[in-house]
Amino acid sequence: MTTDQTGAAVEPMMGAAPLELEAEPEPGRQTLWPQIPRPVFIARVIIGTAMAAAALYAPFYFDPVYNRLLSQAIYLAIAAMGLNLLTGFNGQVSIGHGFFYGVGAFTSAILIVDHGWTFEATIPVALVLNGVIGLLIGLPALRVRGLYLALVTLGLAVLFPQLATKYVEGTGGVPLVRPRARDFSSLIAGLDDDQWAYFLSLAIMAVLFVLAWNLVRGRIGRSMIAVRDQEIAATTVGVNLAGTKVATFAISAAYAGVAGSLSVMVDHVAAATNPVFYFQRSVEFLVAMAIGGAATIMGPAVGALALVLLRRNTEDLIEGKEILAPALYGAALIAIVFVLPEGLVGGVRRFLAWLGRRSSAKGRPPTHPIPDDSQ
Amino acid sequence: MTHVLELDSVDGGYGHAQVLHGIDLTVEEGHVAVVLGANGAGKTTTLRAICGVIRVRGGDIRFEGKSLVGKSPEEVSRLGIAHVPQGRGTFSELTVDENMRIGAINRKDKEVASDLERWYAAFPRLGERRKQEAGSMSGGEQQMLALARAMMARPRLLLLDEPSLGLAPLVTRELFAHLGDLNKEDGLSILVVEQNANLALDIGHWGYVLEAGRIAVQNTAHKLHDDEAVRKAYLGF
Amino acid sequence: MQLFVEQVLNGIANGVVYGSVALALVLIFRTTGVLNFAQGEMALFATFISWKLTQQGLPVVGAIAISMAIAFVSGAVIERVLIRPVESARSPLNVVIVTLGLFLALNSLVQLIFGTDPQFMPSAFPSGGIELFTSNGRTATLQKGTLGLVLVLIAECLVLWFMLNRTKLGLKLRAVAANPQSARLHGIKAGSMLMLGWALSAAIGALAGSLVAAQRTGFDSNLMQTVLVYALAAAALGGFDSLWGAVICGIIVGVADALTIQYIDPLNGIEVVLPLALILVVLVVSPHGLFGKRTVERV
Repeated sequence: MTTDQTGAAVEPMMGAAPLELEAEPEPGRQTLWPQIPRPVFIARVIIGTAMAAAALYAPFYFDPVYNRLLSQAIYLAIAAMGLNLLTGFNGQVSIGHGFFYGVGAFTSAILIVDHGWTFEATIPVALVLNGVIGLLIGLPALRVRGLYLALVTLGLAVLFPQLATKYVEGTGGVPLVRPRARDFSSLIAGLDDDQWAYFLSLAIMAVLFVLAWNLVRGRIGRSMIAVRDQEIAATTVGVNLAGTKVATFAISAAYAGVAGSLSVMVDHVAAATNPVFYFQRSVEFLVAMAIGGAATIMGPAVGALALVLLRRNTEDLIEGKEILAPALYGAALIAIVFVLPEGLVGGVRRFLAWLGRRSSAKGRPPTHPIPDDSQ
Repeated sequence: MTHVLELDSVDGGYGHAQVLHGIDLTVEEGHVAVVLGANGAGKTTTLRAICGVIRVRGGDIRFEGKSLVGKSPEEVSRLGIAHVPQGRGTFSELTVDENMRIGAINRKDKEVASDLERWYAAFPRLGERRKQEAGSMSGGEQQMLALARAMMARPRLLLLDEPSLGLAPLVTRELFAHLGDLNKEDGLSILVVEQNANLALDIGHWGYVLEAGRIAVQNTAHKLHDDEAVRKAYLGF
Repeated sequence: MQLFVEQVLNGIANGVVYGSVALALVLIFRTTGVLNFAQGEMALFATFISWKLTQQGLPVVGAIAISMAIAFVSGAVIERVLIRPVESARSPLNVVIVTLGLFLALNSLVQLIFGTDPQFMPSAFPSGGIELFTSNGRTATLQKGTLGLVLVLIAECLVLWFMLNRTKLGLKLRAVAANPQSARLHGIKAGSMLMLGWALSAAIGALAGSLVAAQRTGFDSNLMQTVLVYALAAAALGGFDSLWGAVICGIIVGVADALTIQYIDPLNGIEVVLPLALILVVLVVSPHGLFGKRTVERV
């Protein structure tokens, strides 16, 4: 049983898709490709290749404005992935990862503007720094369950702009650091700046996603999931509860930090003038994760893209009534949750599972899962 | 003898899966009917179908002649059926006394207080713990509470889902003794679903054995109790 | 000493605001298990309705009463239409998203319908203050409005406590919150109880919003946003369990905040650290909050 908002026992999150289409490899035998029904496997390969091709071609097809939008989706996806590890796979709900994002952004910006660093060199710094901070925060977080953790992290997100205002001396005494566009010029001749920003982000995202994928499939990943679903039982099979939770926190913070760092390259600014900005970011990470599909690998990326496009399109929709944009955005979020409770990836999986059932139904009698009578 | 409960070719299940296939089952008024079967046979599903927790896809279920199909659990409860689910359905955060009062929540008569005293007397351990948080009691105590709570509704039919699950043998014996008394003294009709065949059949009048969603065997409880072949084949012991 | 008392009074004035919103949050959590992030914006909408009614000439009390009634109905509708379908679809995150979506939508709708200019909300209480004591030529006064809000809160707590703990209806509400499946098997209409929980919270939120708006010199669509964070902190501090706890912790948070601003210089500008730190310290010491009940988890 999972724990709900107050730590009381409740049904596990179904939005956390339980890798249902793959048979578990036997213990000790880690297969690279788990056994999946044929049509699903083929569908996945096709979809995957098509998506990769589109991703690689995109920046040459679109204009810089749109490329910037796509890059925003990419760094949002990275942050969402980090949160997914913590919340989707490990069950610790945070609505404050905007904090780490902010630290990452300001780290990069300040290193560039005040200390003359090259941007690319600041990324690892953002990663490590946030990982350490995440570790430090993850430790006391052990004592704070469910709902309260969400609230404390919310506090962090609200705290960040205030911290920035106090300690960052940006242009005009406001917490705003604005590196020049020159600082982000393309390192590859032939690529425009916006295209370079896109590809760098994409490469980093790919690396981080593959790392996450490996993490989840490995022993550590199983520990994370075990901790999410049944803490007490997990400890009885030797899972280091505290270690797993803190480590996951640190990793998720690092991801958010990288996202923040990349955001400086894409948006050319690190700002904390809006007191609710980092709260909004935190919410976006959560929403991107949930809309895409919590506890899936592609979910955060799909969700991030959907979110960015949604935000952009609702902004354009009503001319002269920009005020209405958040209302439409909010309404759209609600609509998506209604239609696809398991997120987009979850919905696609369900569809593929249905396909799988149809094709096997033609050959042999279908096996109906008879639920355990003790449910 | 009238049928207080009648299942007529009932089909039902969850989502894509059909679990119950044409179940024919009756409970006579004032009798104890026992439904036995291994895990996965469909015992809990049958009770859920009666109470409207899952949808009945085919056939009919009649309580005192009225069809229950399509009714919500709340409506079924108000008709006079009490269901003690697996896991006991304890309201953990509430006190024992509050749990008991929930049992009587839909009653409009003035005898609720006297009924409370009656059941506290019948289950002394509950009486001692009236103000205690229900969730902090042992499994056996929670099961007694579930039974007493169900009785507070003054039902005409009592459904029990594996009441012995997780209970020590001594406690289980006590529980079934209570059930037997309720049936003999109050004439309460009972449908009990169990894996623990012996104790159930001892207080029962008629028994059904469920296998893979179908009634495999039915007979008087007495005969089923003594029938070794049946026990080995369907009940695994 | 003088300054201290003044700050404490300031803190109480703010604290009752946080407490009143925290009350609505805890009520909805206790009856439905949902943390409603849109609570503040729902209250905001109702506040604007009561303001509009006073513009049309209604007396303040009447306007607030009507807005509470509207909020009551709206709360029930929101639960039935927006929350219930999502809740049954398994993921608790989805409900959070819906409340967040509602947050955004309501805030923007308020601006659209009522405009973005600050407005003035007349107070239901007489103006002026009660002088407590004077020293060094300064007088510490307790505003009548603040006192009024405190009294209203106490009254709310009493009524709610009585309803929840001493009536059949309250028992039904708590039964559904404790074990909705079992409650249905006992003949309790779980759906109706959930709607009632939302309806009550919305009404309480509406009352809080209108009284809070009157306390300020002007209010606009930003009224509830910072309040929400502090209210959440107050609710968490109280353990999300106890209605009184929510109110008392609201006051604690308010007073602590005021004192921090006054006395703890290094925290100047980052006062929000305080409710955070408070929550952390309390939770580390007592994981169920100051007033929460310890629920024993049997494996």
